[in-house]
Amino acid sequence: MKKFVTRRLVVRLLWVMGALLMAFLVYAWRSPITPVDPPAAESFDKASIQRGAQLAALGNCATCHTAPGGETFAGGREVVTPFGTIYSTNITPDAPTGIGRWSQEAFQRAMREGVDREGDHLYPAFPYDHFTLVNDADSAALYAFIMTRPPVRAKTHENQLSFPSNIRFLIPAWKLLFFHRGPYEPDSRHDDEWNRGAYLANGIGHCGACHTPRNSLGAEIAAQHFGGGEAEGWYAYAINADSKSLEAWNAEDLHMYLSRGWHDRHGDALGPMAEVAANLASVPDADLKAIATYVAAVMGKREQPSGKSKSESTPSNDTGAAIYSATCAECHDGTRPPPFGGIKLMLSTSVTGEKATNLVNVILDGLHPPEGIPGAIMPGFSSTLTDGQLESLVAYIRSNLGAQPPWTEVETSVREARSRVRD
Amino acid sequence: MIELRVNGQSHHVSADPDTPLLYVLRDELQLNAAKFGCGLGQCGACTVLVDGAPTLSCVTPIMLLAGRQITTVEGLGTPEDPGPMQRAFIEEQSAQCGYCIPGMMMRAQALLQRNARATEAEIRAYLEPNLCRCGTHMRILRAVKRAASMMTGPDASLSTHTPVPASTQVDTSEVDSDAQRDRRHSEKRERPER
Repeated sequence: MKKFVTRRLVVRLLWVMGALLMAFLVYAWRSPITPVDPPAAESFDKASIQRGAQLAALGNCATCHTAPGGETFAGGREVVTPFGTIYSTNITPDAPTGIGRWSQEAFQRAMREGVDREGDHLYPAFPYDHFTLVNDADSAALYAFIMTRPPVRAKTHENQLSFPSNIRFLIPAWKLLFFHRGPYEPDSRHDDEWNRGAYLANGIGHCGACHTPRNSLGAEIAAQHFGGGEAEGWYAYAINADSKSLEAWNAEDLHMYLSRGWHDRHGDALGPMAEVAANLASVPDADLKAIATYVAAVMGKREQPSGKSKSESTPSNDTGAAIYSATCAECHDGTRPPPFGGIKLMLSTSVTGEKATNLVNVILDGLHPPEGIPGAIMPGFSSTLTDGQLESLVAYIRSNLGAQPPWTEVETSVREARSRVRD
Repeated sequence: MIELRVNGQSHHVSADPDTPLLYVLRDELQLNAAKFGCGLGQCGACTVLVDGAPTLSCVTPIMLLAGRQITTVEGLGTPEDPGPMQRAFIEEQSAQCGYCIPGMMMRAQALLQRNARATEAEIRAYLEPNLCRCGTHMRILRAVKRAASMMTGPDASLSTHTPVPASTQVDTSEVDSDAQRDRRHSEKRERPER
């Protein structure tokens, strides 16, 4: 009797599991979209292509979809994630290896749902959790721009992901948990400019992809929107009310910073943000102003500059002080603000920020503006500073100049930076 | 007093610890190969090697260098027996005004010591921080490739000088003035009217 009951339970359980699996398959299934012949350039209107170029710059598309030294948009750049390495795809209109056979419908589905033309789910390294917000007109403009680029024959490199993230079949489960389909719904509590900024920053601009922390499954933690995250060995500062910038940001300063990549009272765009800012230089001012308005609103107004309280007793650090005065002070004494001199270090968010990562990166590698882009430069000191000297210097800058409590894990930042920095 | 090891030789220098290495090399040790260009670490004319890595000596205080191995152009060879990098630059007549050349040689030396089979693209990328206002880049590139083939060629073992052991080191001031004379001489051959 007991045995019979158990068997009935097992059978029922199997039925339930089968039904759930069917439901998941129905949810996950996406049909292929019929391939097209690559559309002729004349089939797109100029205004659309031009707007597409601006949106591609806002979306920083070329940065991920171009391998170092490779052809633009031909893919092949390594995107290192905690789950393994993903290689960006060729999005030139080449028919066999790019997206030449994608119709606009297929392109729009990839943007809105993260599914390729064949119906396979895409890894969210392609930030469709943001691009889903992009509206139909902008998606069409991007399509027009991309499909009128020169086609490049370049086969996409096989991803190297660890189990179980290498199972594409599981991506819909990730979407079920974390993906919220667009398009963008305007928030009636705010004005048009704010909404335009939110649409651009959270959609094509995908600011949160770096500036929002991620959970263990690689999804952005919605409750900590813009709360600070990581990007390619750099720390992407909090750009919400938790901003650690000494001087509070406002929309005007943000606009200045985004359009030229530096601000004399905040510092330079570093690491991946330098490339973002370089791309933003070609974006219409109205778009940048809207983004600045929105981000400044997310940061909110601040009464007092944070961390201004010069701590009662700064630790004495003779080694750090001596290295600073002999090596850094000549440029960073604040008499010539950026871009002609170095920023007064207490103003730099790399000093007042959450982690030592960015300060260590800059001391070791210096600043090298992206190819062809004007920007501040600084020599790196990787060949001369020993780890001990570097740690003393970082501690001195953080505590004595930044008047902030010491960072933890400086050694980890130093070790990680050393493994990346060139001479 | 800080002890500096330059081209295999030990020196006790009296300069303040915050003095840039470049000033000590030129003013105290009379090693005049490294040049003062911008003084801000932005042109590369002052490049020397510290433990084999290219280093901008104009922004590097000597307090950071106790016990480290410093190499300058004088350590790559002598006028009588120039090292492969020096020979290559002479043979390719790479100098126009010559001011950037010591920095170029040292940065190239750092690259080839690590990878003597560097490709042209790698050489170009590696030398990118060093500026030349005369525009002799093509000759500089040829010289570095020539030096690379000397270092990897059949007689490579005869021509590696880095750094000159202390015992065989000649008086450095003399090496330098000879080297400068040599350089001036080769410039004359290339461009008689100045």
